[in-house]
Amino acid sequence: MNAARTAVTALAVLLAVVLQAALLPELSWRGVVPNLVLLVVVAGALTRGPNVGVILGFCAGLALDLAPPADHLAGRWALALMVVGYVAGSVRRDERPTLPVVLVTAAVASFVGSSVFALLGVVMQDPATSVGDVLAAVGVGLVSDLVVAPLVLLPLLVLLTRFEPQRRFA
Amino acid sequence: MALRTPLPPTGPDTGPGPGDRAPRPGKDDRLGRTGRPRGLARLRRLPLTVSWAPGEAQERRPPRALVAALAITGLSLMTLDHLGGDSSPVEPARTVVGEVVGPLESVAAAAVRPVAAVPAWFQTQASLRDDLAAAEAANAELESRLATEPLDRARLAEYDGLLTAAAAQQVDLVPARVVAYGAAQTFTRTVTIDAGTSSGVQPDMTVIAPAGLVGRVVGVTRTTATVLLVVDVDSTVGARVGSSNEVGFLSGGGSLDEPSRLDLDLVDTTVVPAEGDVVATWGSGNAGPYVAGVPIGTVAELFSTPRDTTKRAVIEPFVDFSRLDTVGVVVPPDTESDRALIGPDGIRR
Repeated sequence: MNAARTAVTALAVLLAVVLQAALLPELSWRGVVPNLVLLVVVAGALTRGPNVGVILGFCAGLALDLAPPADHLAGRWALALMVVGYVAGSVRRDERPTLPVVLVTAAVASFVGSSVFALLGVVMQDPATSVGDVLAAVGVGLVSDLVVAPLVLLPLLVLLTRFEPQRRFA
Repeated sequence: MALRTPLPPTGPDTGPGPGDRAPRPGKDDRLGRTGRPRGLARLRRLPLTVSWAPGEAQERRPPRALVAALAITGLSLMTLDHLGGDSSPVEPARTVVGEVVGPLESVAAAAVRPVAAVPAWFQTQASLRDDLAAAEAANAELESRLATEPLDRARLAEYDGLLTAAAAQQVDLVPARVVAYGAAQTFTRTVTIDAGTSSGVQPDMTVIAPAGLVGRVVGVTRTTATVLLVVDVDSTVGARVGSSNEVGFLSGGGSLDEPSRLDLDLVDTTVVPAEGDVVATWGSGNAGPYVAGVPIGTVAELFSTPRDTTKRAVIEPFVDFSRLDTVGVVVPPDTESDRALIGPDGIRR
């Protein structure tokens, strides 16, 4: 069960990396695409908690850092998605998460993830971007993530909770 | 709510503690389910209790060591990548990942491309229609131009002919086009031309074509004129046979069709015109309807009847009366006209 769970999560991350690079630019607005990898991390963290969320976020972010179109400093998305995994995993999970909870989590995660990524870029001067550009990208990214969140997060949550041995749905 | 005491540890199958449920009456979970206050409150004091996937080790707050290790790893990676530049130790990893993900991206892009092209296809329908309409309009225009090109060529040739005729006859011509043929039922051979008094056309003026005599103007309006063709049975033209200068009278045969024939009655019965002689107008000076010297046709056949005192010749006209198009009306040199006149020395306004 554990191996299958890990394999499914890894597959989801890989799929997200590929789709984010190949498919979503067709649907992008001003070049900003929905961050599928971030949503996968959110889904994983929501089901498995902050501990797994942190590790999943780090690994998924690293994949995003190293996958072909990326040319930024390796580790930026890793750190950003690590924070995302921690935040998303810390949402109370004594009940099955409802759609509003999932959406709010996705929004917060998107904002935090994009901000951390951008801030790291600003700090490391990689590349030198203006604050206005950063804010615009973060805002548009937040909206686009929210748009695709119901489509991506809910199926992922259903899929991942299927591997939870003692899940209990109302 | 934020001040609520931490929940007691829950068993694998107990769900939230009773204290947790207490503030909410019965099944009214809605506030709690969507409840940001609860979520935020929980966020403030991690870790959280878990009931829907309880009892697992990773549900707890991650150990600081793990977080610190990961963070340091990430920061180190960034630093290494930053300091390393193009030869950073991350590059090999990048290459390896690229070798795996790159082909997958190619496959995904190839699979996506046809689908992604669909909206563009729909989007361009409107503009495609516009393009098609524009192309069809242009095509129609070009086709009509192509179709009328022989006509234009013919008209140009006729104008050239008119120019030549005007120079040859030393007359001024108002160019006009035949716009209507009189019906055969009326038993008159008339045509309407598109030049009238506004162009300087008056009754009894001579109408010629590049090849020769056409007829004379019998009626005129402001913009059109009616021309009696020489082939009309009522038309009589004074003519002179070229070789002998003998005069006679031409009368129409009444038929436009080939061969349209004119009958020439010579005044002097002793003269026998030769076949092939050219017959031209004899001319009435300024008073008569026909100017002098306009070629009419050639002698085709000769008849001599004992009963008659004259010889009769059949003249084949130069002009094809069934295909009249551009004609010229001979006008006095000082005519006021709304169109360009064709004179002996070219076109003048």
